[in-house]
Amino acid sequence: MNLSTISLELSVIVLALGIILIDLWTPVSLKPKLGYLAAFGVLVILAYTFCPSIDGGDYVAFGGMYLHDGLALFFKRFFLVTAIFVLLMAVEFAERIRSGIAEFYALMLFALTGMMFAASAHDFIMVFVSLELITVSFYILVSFQRYRLGSLEAGVKYLIIGAVSTGFLVFGIALIFGSANTTNFTNLQALMSTDAAFNNVTGLGVLLVLVGLGFKIAAFPVQIWAPDVYQGAPTPTTAFLAIGSKAAGFVVLVRVIFEVVHPLAAHWNALLMTIAAITILYGNLCAIRQGNLKRLLGYSSIANAGYLLLGIAALSQAGSSAILYYLLGYLFTVAAAFIVIIVVTRETEDVSELAGLNQRSPLLAAGLALPMVSLAGIPPLAGFFGKFLLLKSIIEQGAINSSYYWLAGIAIVGVVISLYYYFGVIRAIYWSKNPADLSPISISIPMKACLAICIAAMLYLGIYPNDALKNADRATAQLSAPSSAHASR
Amino acid sequence: MSPLTYIFGLPLVTALLIVLIPRSYKVVIRGMALLGSFIAMCGAICVFVNFNHAPVVDGFRYVQKIPWVESLGISYHVGVDGINIGLILMGAIVSFAAVCISHHIRTREKEFYILLLIMSGGILGAFASLDMFFLYFLHELALVPTFIMIGVWGRGENKNYATFQITLYLSLGALLLLIGLIALYLQMPVDVRTFDIVEMTRYFKANSIATNAQHLIFPLLLFGFGILVSLWPFHTWAPLGYASAPPATAMIHAGVLKKFGLYGLIRIALPMMHSEAQNWMTLLSWLCLGNILYCGLVAMRQRDLNMLIGNSSVAHMGFAFLGIASLNVIGVTGTILIMVAHGLLAALTFALSGYVANQINSTKISDMGGLLKAMPYIGAVMIMAMLAGCGLPGFASFPGEALVLFGSWSQFQLITGLAIWGALVIAGVYMLRAIRNIWHGDRDWMEVSDAKSLWRKMPYALLLAGLIIFGCFPRLLTDNIKQSLPAVFPSQTMVAQIQK
Repeated sequence: MNLSTISLELSVIVLALGIILIDLWTPVSLKPKLGYLAAFGVLVILAYTFCPSIDGGDYVAFGGMYLHDGLALFFKRFFLVTAIFVLLMAVEFAERIRSGIAEFYALMLFALTGMMFAASAHDFIMVFVSLELITVSFYILVSFQRYRLGSLEAGVKYLIIGAVSTGFLVFGIALIFGSANTTNFTNLQALMSTDAAFNNVTGLGVLLVLVGLGFKIAAFPVQIWAPDVYQGAPTPTTAFLAIGSKAAGFVVLVRVIFEVVHPLAAHWNALLMTIAAITILYGNLCAIRQGNLKRLLGYSSIANAGYLLLGIAALSQAGSSAILYYLLGYLFTVAAAFIVIIVVTRETEDVSELAGLNQRSPLLAAGLALPMVSLAGIPPLAGFFGKFLLLKSIIEQGAINSSYYWLAGIAIVGVVISLYYYFGVIRAIYWSKNPADLSPISISIPMKACLAICIAAMLYLGIYPNDALKNADRATAQLSAPSSAHASR
Repeated sequence: MSPLTYIFGLPLVTALLIVLIPRSYKVVIRGMALLGSFIAMCGAICVFVNFNHAPVVDGFRYVQKIPWVESLGISYHVGVDGINIGLILMGAIVSFAAVCISHHIRTREKEFYILLLIMSGGILGAFASLDMFFLYFLHELALVPTFIMIGVWGRGENKNYATFQITLYLSLGALLLLIGLIALYLQMPVDVRTFDIVEMTRYFKANSIATNAQHLIFPLLLFGFGILVSLWPFHTWAPLGYASAPPATAMIHAGVLKKFGLYGLIRIALPMMHSEAQNWMTLLSWLCLGNILYCGLVAMRQRDLNMLIGNSSVAHMGFAFLGIASLNVIGVTGTILIMVAHGLLAALTFALSGYVANQINSTKISDMGGLLKAMPYIGAVMIMAMLAGCGLPGFASFPGEALVLFGSWSQFQLITGLAIWGALVIAGVYMLRAIRNIWHGDRDWMEVSDAKSLWRKMPYALLLAGLIIFGCFPRLLTDNIKQSLPAVFPSQTMVAQIQK
């Protein structure tokens, strides 16, 4: 056991414990500022990922349970960047938390640890533990505004549906272990590729695991929690759920589908395609009538999970690299949108509260309008190129199985529907009639910086996607390669 | 750097600079927009004049190529040949004119000029680009401001409906097209995959695409591009959209942006899938008849000036499609001439109708009448534009329509006959009737003023001059087209035509 192999995760845990400890000696008025400390700590850890000892090469640790490879590193950096944004949002949101703000930061860091472990999970037990670390932290984070009924309701809903899907996950893992006698990805992969006969029990086990993962990414049929929880949870938590938790689900999904059960998954493409199609249509159709901005983003997040599932359904390297690229664009897009929501809206978080935003603050107006444009998949922003890559990956499969063309058709129907509600938000920002409040909004410097970074990143990823795509390709290049090639450390 | 990069980059950079200017500096904002589009237009004129002196690379001039996304084979590749040089010139002129006539915009000028410049820069870039990805990307970039401009600065009670209709319709068309383009790209083997149109054309001419793939891809491209050009029966977004749009937006969209679909068919669909194209041309020729006759008849019944112009613009697209459907050099040459001519013409008529609507605060034809006395200059230009719309010789539409009819006669005699009838009789009826009802009559107007200063008259004169110059000297365009069109068709057809 070599603890240096998990130094990244350990340093996040130390940071979280440090925040809790420092909290004991911090005067109440300064407690919200601990978030800056936490964000700075995460930034240092992010810088540390570029050290040769982390960036240097792949290795397996803890008896094959923990795998450090390109994909894991990509997602760890992704989660660290997300955490910086979310922690800074939380500082902005601190006055609405009322009590226990330091614990709020610490819990976010614990969830971050879970996400980072999930990126490296190479064993179903490890998957379970890391996902539970994320989910349990989120149970608390979602209901953190104890004085608000909505927040408590969201917490209960998240807890119940989360517990049910965890049940599926555990049951699935038990079935896999019972039939295959191992939960390790490398061993399972070897079993799958040698045992050509379709093993029903293992297959059922993996399917149940997929249900558990579907909960994390908010895919049909376990998407039902998303709108309520997105609406009720404190906004920084919602942002973390939308970006981090979803990406954690996807990294495990990518590993399970492409690495572990790749031979099996070929039998399931009809299932995967159906789920992707229904998720896209459900998210987009339900979003049409929403007036609450966070609820709207909840449905839009379901729709986006559907688009991301296109990359899974494609069952190709192009598909998985498209998922990585799309998530990267999604990170900056959604972060910008939630920053604006935190700064602008107070009580109702209604779309109508955005009226006259352009007169009140052009930066905030652009900071919400550009994410909507990007989510709608319009150039020159990141969302366009992401959708382009995902569509390309499924049309590529169309030559083999023509039902992929229908999937592409459903995806574009979804995009056209989504234009309607995204443009509704833009309309509220720029040309709504008789805005109630035209007082200028002051923005704190960290929020301004975050917004500027998000907007710049959306444009950069959209206009010059070359570097990001190269990274995504590199991270997914060895997915289907046998993982026994990794050096053990 | 190729001058083409400056021609389309300048409006985009100007838009970016305007973002940084405070919104109270209205004169500076308008001045910058004028300057940016003026320099772009001068650049386009220079490129057009010097076209034959520039070195040729693979049949294209002023070529520039920079790898962009290596793993997908996307490169920044611009260049002009005889097919797109006229379109770029026309687009740059229309863009400048559109900025000139926008002096009546009094709300949110900053956003208006930013969006207008993004539109014109985007579409000029789409015409200049020889990479399929950038072609689509820049067109989409130009398309989206259209929707916002109709929503914010549009007019009429159906504004919101028109905004959503045009947004959803055109986005659907563009996305169908995207699927078609991606599918086309995926027809190349993995190791040579590229979005470069020149290389793709060369590859697909040498190794033709599998027939069943062509069955799938060609209709996607035909109807994807077709929706964008308001091909009947997918044209319903156009008249209402144009009637609700502010004049400058209608000018650039109807004049320039809409030609993208036709350009895409000529540049991508015909050369790469020539054999499949032949199967679809009979259907296409009947659909163009829908444009010419149906939309012409609809135009006859309109009581709103903008709706009339919108419908007549849709009807004109029928001729452009007919030239493509005839699938021979003469017909396609005619289509390219029509594209340039109709771009100038549509821009001119929408600019003039916008001027009239601003003066009398109405677009209903019944509210007009006798306006020629009050607005002799605007009236005279509008009458010329309407006559040009009927295909009068001397204006650029005439050689285009004549060539299209020559070209299509060898393929579809019946349809050509009906189209001629539609062009001469129907267009003549509604245009002449509109001239009578709007400009003639004995109504007296008090508060109405003509375009007084030379500066105000200039944009209309510029567009009219373009129409007359290309009408009297179509060789300015056809000589260049002649060099480039053979590349569109496979060599056998050329031989067959020469033998005829």
